[in-house]
Amino acid sequence: MSTVDSKKQAKKSPPEKIEKAAPDKMTGAEIIIQALIEQGVEVIFGYPGGAVLPIYDEIFKQDKIKHVLVRQEGGALHAAEGYARSTGKVGVALVTSGPGATNAVTGLTDALMDSIPLVCLTGQVPSFLIGTDAFQEADTTGITRPCTKHNVLIRDQNELAEAIHEAFHVARTGRPGPVVVDIPKDIQFAEGDYKKAAKPAAQSYNPQTAPDMSAIEEAVELMAQAKKPVFYTGGGIINAGPSASKALRELVKETGFPVTSTLMGLGAFPANDDKWLGMLGMHGTFEANWAMHDCDVMICIGARFDDRITGRIDKFSPGSIKIHVDIDPSSINKNVHIDLPIVADAQLAIEAMLKIWKDKSHKPRARSLKKWWKQIDDWRGINCLAYKPSSKIIKPQYALERLRAALENDKRDQFISTEVGQHQMWAAQFLPFNKPNRWMTSGGLGTMGYGLPAAIGAQIAHPKGLVIDVAGEASILMNIQEMSTAVQYRLPVKIFILNNQWMGMVRQWQELLHGERYSESYTDSLPDFVKLAEAYGGIGLRADTPDELDDVIDQMLKTDKVTIVDVRVDQKENCFPMIPSGKGHNEMIMSPQAEKFDKKLV
Amino acid sequence: MAAPRRKKSKSVYAPGPKDVAVETHTLAILVKNEPGVLARVVGLFSGRGYNIESLTVAETDHDKHLSRITIVCSGTPMVIEQIKNQLGRLVPVKNVRDLTTYGPYVDRELALIKVTGKNEKRIEALRIADIFRARVVDSSLESFIFEVTGTTEKINAFIDLMRPLGLVDASRTGVAALARGETAIGGSV
Ligand SMILES: Cc1ncc(C[n+]2csc(CCOP(=O)(O)OP(=O)(O)O)c2C)c(N)n1
Ligand SMILES: [Mg+2]
Repeated sequence: MSTVDSKKQAKKSPPEKIEKAAPDKMTGAEIIIQALIEQGVEVIFGYPGGAVLPIYDEIFKQDKIKHVLVRQEGGALHAAEGYARSTGKVGVALVTSGPGATNAVTGLTDALMDSIPLVCLTGQVPSFLIGTDAFQEADTTGITRPCTKHNVLIRDQNELAEAIHEAFHVARTGRPGPVVVDIPKDIQFAEGDYKKAAKPAAQSYNPQTAPDMSAIEEAVELMAQAKKPVFYTGGGIINAGPSASKALRELVKETGFPVTSTLMGLGAFPANDDKWLGMLGMHGTFEANWAMHDCDVMICIGARFDDRITGRIDKFSPGSIKIHVDIDPSSINKNVHIDLPIVADAQLAIEAMLKIWKDKSHKPRARSLKKWWKQIDDWRGINCLAYKPSSKIIKPQYALERLRAALENDKRDQFISTEVGQHQMWAAQFLPFNKPNRWMTSGGLGTMGYGLPAAIGAQIAHPKGLVIDVAGEASILMNIQEMSTAVQYRLPVKIFILNNQWMGMVRQWQELLHGERYSESYTDSLPDFVKLAEAYGGIGLRADTPDELDDVIDQMLKTDKVTIVDVRVDQKENCFPMIPSGKGHNEMIMSPQAEKFDKKLV
Repeated sequence: MAAPRRKKSKSVYAPGPKDVAVETHTLAILVKNEPGVLARVVGLFSGRGYNIESLTVAETDHDKHLSRITIVCSGTPMVIEQIKNQLGRLVPVKNVRDLTTYGPYVDRELALIKVTGKNEKRIEALRIADIFRARVVDSSLESFIFEVTGTTEKINAFIDLMRPLGLVDASRTGVAALARGETAIGGSV
């Protein structure tokens, strides 16, 4: 493989000697800003440092791109994710070399797992110092290679514009993901030529997006024959854009089939529709998991048969014919055998299915489908999300039910983010998701600390929207410094903490699977969240008892500043239903039966 | 005081999947010759726990900046399928062809083998080299370097025979392979 041409780099003049660029030439830093503007970037989330100072200089001199100063680079990446997920655009982060880049690694991995389009510009030490263990040098492309969709170290300022354009193209095309562009400081100073973006068709990276029509016809045939069908949808539908969700709704209307979704796909299909079964998987609903287990035709669109979805593979939907639509061929046949693979963009595939369904005047098998729905209604009758209400202590589920009620009366566009833990699963179970791009959660990586910066990113993109981070008291402390960002940019993000004083999800596993040995899952010395909010310059509210809840939620919805609501909830509540890892969909444990949980079977 | 005897810990979690038969495949991968591309390919194998048995790489088209990587890898059919798809996902990868399933193909390795010894052993080494059509590319009073090409099996056999005759060093290129007939993966790109 080609190596660095060290002679060429040594010849580059040191930065001090560079004067104003010749009229037709631009400095690397100018090229970067110009390329970002050409790509339609409106916001960058970043944090300065030595190796990106020339870029910050250019940011200072212009007003087309807004820079949001976070308080830790990790926050910049999650904020860019929240921005991307809530707009469908590419999120952009800018960080310095060394520690700036290493702090970005979690967010990059998160974006890779959840297919979020990001471009992260990292500063690098000057080319002639690379490899010398220079101050704040890190092998950024080496470190981020496995956690990005693509990355590149810039070696020549004349390649800079093209590399940035390509980064955006790669980030948003096919299965979206994060791309790192690592830019040595001398290249930010050096003069070079600007190049305009090539047309997408001229790009060398062009994954297949149009479905194979004969496969679609086969799929529609299977659907028309199905007696017990189910749509299993995922984040791919959100990524394909709002028209994909629209097409899905139409296809469901035509066929009358039930729909379930992964955590990442919530909102693609409206939760208030009677065809909606709720989320599936480890903490999915009884009816969704049983429908998956018993179906005869499974139509998976934009989901990837993750282990949290399938449970034990050899018990996963044993009797079904499986159709899998995915834009990423490597997602097909990875964990589960697929009978009919279709590599395509979700929107194009659903629209094609719809067209063929209509063209051939297919009708679903009414009698079988009616029986199937009868069965599903019986499962629904179990009322799997029921919990024991209390008038003395706030049940976390109750808190979310009250939040839900309040949201139903709020006219604003609503965006929900979460941290990771029980509260995340309860939010997925209890909050209404009726539109795509309104739900931001760390699904694949499960990153505690994601929710607040993601909410900030969403609020920046939707200044008039109502943005709520449903949080746990442990998770929120992982990126609490971003309170300061929210205050600086006057972002009225609401942080709704279900404070059980435990790493609840860890405690639940320890209770059920580790003999109730609660090793290090209780947080002593938690801060006073009300005072903490005030210390940052935000608003703090607290609810200790159920009768205080409505009023506190009401106040929260009216605040014009970042607001922390400390909801003191039941410390011992568990999140059910639960499919213990290694069990099948038909082996869920339900809340009232939790005592009967057979630890030996797991 | 005696330490409490540790009970054998038993996992409360389910066991992983059972083993399935493993196959060996030869993949031809055409990549854009840019810095880091080999690291990307190798990193994919190490990161996802795939097995590489042999890997060769060199630029094959200087004008188009294309390199060809030949990988011999092993895994269950599902893993092999994953390897191909994961490779296909890498941005600088232009084409991946599984020569093992594509059709008949030719595969060759080159090896340099140093054998030291005197008298009969030296003569015997030369005789065997002749049978294998290995060439002597260096010799001293007490050593030879043989150059031998052939399939991996042929080279393994040669090495096995040379071992008792004083083999002290061996350097192998790994497998280079092309599909038989007119088809090409380089031409279409
Ligand atoms: C960065 C990170 N570290 C550790 C974990 C493992 N983990 C998953 S949930 C959880 C507890 C979260 O506690 P909290 O935020 O209070 O939420 P709760 O479960 O109590 O609702 C932990 C430690 C994780 N997901 N992410
Ligand atoms: Mg907690």
